[in-house]
Amino acid sequence: MIDAVGNPQSILLLGGTSEIGLAVVEAFASDRPMRVVLAARPSPRLDEARARLEGRGCTVETVEFDATELASHADVVQKSFAGGDIDVAVVAFGLLGDNEQAWTDVAHAVELAQVNYTAAVSVGVLVADRMKEQGHGSLVALSSVAGERARRSNFVYGSTKAGLDAFYSGLTEALRPHGVVVTVVRPGFVHTKMTEGMKAAPLSTTPEAVAEVVADAVRTHKELVWAPAPLRFVMSALRHVPRPIFRRLPI
Amino acid sequence: MSSQPSPADQQRRLHGWGRTAPSVAEVVTPRDPDEVAAAVLGAGPRGVIARGLGRSYGDPAQNGGGRVVDMTGLSRIHSIDAPSGLVDVDAGVSLDTLMRAALPFGLWLPVLPGTRQVTIGGAIGADIHGKAHHVVGSFGNHVESMVLVTADGTVRELTPDGPESELFWATVGGMGLTGIVVRARLKLHHVETAYFLVDTDQIDNLDDLMDRQTRDDDKYAESVSWFDAVTTGPHFGRGILTRANHATLADLPEKLRDKPLKFDAPQLLTVPDVFPPGMLNKLTGKIFSELWYRKAPTKHGVVQNITQFLHPLDIIGEWNRGYGPNGFLQYQFVVPPGRGDVVRTVLERVTAAGKVSALNVLKRFGEGNRAPLSFPKPGWTLCLDFPVGPGLGELCDELDTIVLDAGGRHYLAKESRTSAEAIRRGYPRLDEWRKVRASVDPEGVFASDMSRRLELV
Repeated sequence: MIDAVGNPQSILLLGGTSEIGLAVVEAFASDRPMRVVLAARPSPRLDEARARLEGRGCTVETVEFDATELASHADVVQKSFAGGDIDVAVVAFGLLGDNEQAWTDVAHAVELAQVNYTAAVSVGVLVADRMKEQGHGSLVALSSVAGERARRSNFVYGSTKAGLDAFYSGLTEALRPHGVVVTVVRPGFVHTKMTEGMKAAPLSTTPEAVAEVVADAVRTHKELVWAPAPLRFVMSALRHVPRPIFRRLPI
Repeated sequence: MSSQPSPADQQRRLHGWGRTAPSVAEVVTPRDPDEVAAAVLGAGPRGVIARGLGRSYGDPAQNGGGRVVDMTGLSRIHSIDAPSGLVDVDAGVSLDTLMRAALPFGLWLPVLPGTRQVTIGGAIGADIHGKAHHVVGSFGNHVESMVLVTADGTVRELTPDGPESELFWATVGGMGLTGIVVRARLKLHHVETAYFLVDTDQIDNLDDLMDRQTRDDDKYAESVSWFDAVTTGPHFGRGILTRANHATLADLPEKLRDKPLKFDAPQLLTVPDVFPPGMLNKLTGKIFSELWYRKAPTKHGVVQNITQFLHPLDIIGEWNRGYGPNGFLQYQFVVPPGRGDVVRTVLERVTAAGKVSALNVLKRFGEGNRAPLSFPKPGWTLCLDFPVGPGLGELCDELDTIVLDAGGRHYLAKESRTSAEAIRRGYPRLDEWRKVRASVDPEGVFASDMSRRLELV
């Protein structure tokens, strides 16, 4: 259970080495240690994350998870819930890809679509089913402002996030009667390994700042949040800019 | 159309009185003990827990994904025997109902908490206490026998000293985790009137307030103090000490003597569900504290009715809504008699954290009972309440350390946020209780959000 003051007792991170995802886990763990399940491919980064969280007093389990192996997802989610209720699950895996390659190379385009959309839907369905059985829980999906209006510079990535965003927004409604809160998070440009070397967009932010937004959203049962918050208004305006102007904007 | 509701219709979102941490469960409302047994036997993998009137602040009467048995359907008073004071009641009967029925016979419920909207089953499960604890102990002390439906569906009659006395005492304070109490026999006290003779003392600092309670509490049947946790400086912890004895017929003024056992319980208004978060803040807390302090100048020997004296908050229905949508929590603990200093330390931490608690209730407990999970033990019990907001979790974690280091513990009926470790430290007989529970519920049929959160079983 997430208790009266918003402390979860357990958290599942799908994409167990995601910088934003780990920052979310740490944001909760800094208030009280908890049981953490990291679902990811084995890697030195995963071992590092485990060690860091254990250093904070958390008990950490790892489950081998490859987003592209759709057939294995049922087993991954089953293992992730084997240790008891999961109070918070964060769907944090994703690929940014190379937009120019992605819209010209089928294999790369499909890879982005499979990881960012198909795999996110797959684990979403499986986690939703388990949380329904619990009668409580918080399911967080990391979307992106890139999905709100496709831009020439990263529309393949944007389209996958648009799909994820629509799926989890609908899941929010479907799970509400079952006591489960689904939160869709739309970060802007976040400084991470994934965006290293890229030119930062206005209102750029950090994994830690996004994590604070997510933790607050979970604690106050918010269903849709932007990080940083003012992006909500920026995106609201951008959605209505006419195309001839939109394509000239330096974004 | 079938009149039988489909299973999906019975899925309900439940939370405690603090309106925090809801979960969804299948709610069934049996009408008799056989239906209770059927509800227990038909429970799924997430188990089952009984629920009364939902006055526990946290999550002991909710069971996410499992089954919750609404006990208010078992609501008969089977008998009231005036000469002996013995009453035989269903577990879903509220203290309010029982009190109204018993008073005309000159019978008084010895243990009454801050609200009368509590079922008999809930009163046993939380082993509730009232302002009379230093004289009469807690609710379990007044139960002559109870009927318990256990995990295998059997119906057992338990007594405090009978062959299954261990199970009786594991059920007292056991938060519904040993089974479902369906019926109980209670021993009530005899009174001449439904009124109290109240002594009110306005005392302008915490040390004097505690000193007074230590010195002459034993002259009174009921004793409690409220204090102001907002004002700082030399008047820190200024408070109102209210203590009372039952009024005899001779104590009553002429106009009340005609109907000395009349029960006045007005409910003047119900709070609408419209309050924004943060309505209770430092300013309103200050105003409330000032008014509460001013309204009660020192006065002795005043005749008050039950609601005035015992349940001032029952005058306002659904008062928990006043805290807004984020809900609130009560932080109640007890520390040993020699550790009254903890009360001050805790208050200083609260003030330093910039938090406001408007309802602060302080009482000296008398002896505890044999129940391993019963909350009261000799010492000071303090109850604070806070609207949920940023920083409250950290503050409460800090208070936990102070309380536990002093040999104290938390009241499970109020608990909504502590750790399993804190309960294990506060209740050294937890393992003994677990053993008794495991003997009647080896499969863990009885479960609640609280039992999972605090790893009670």
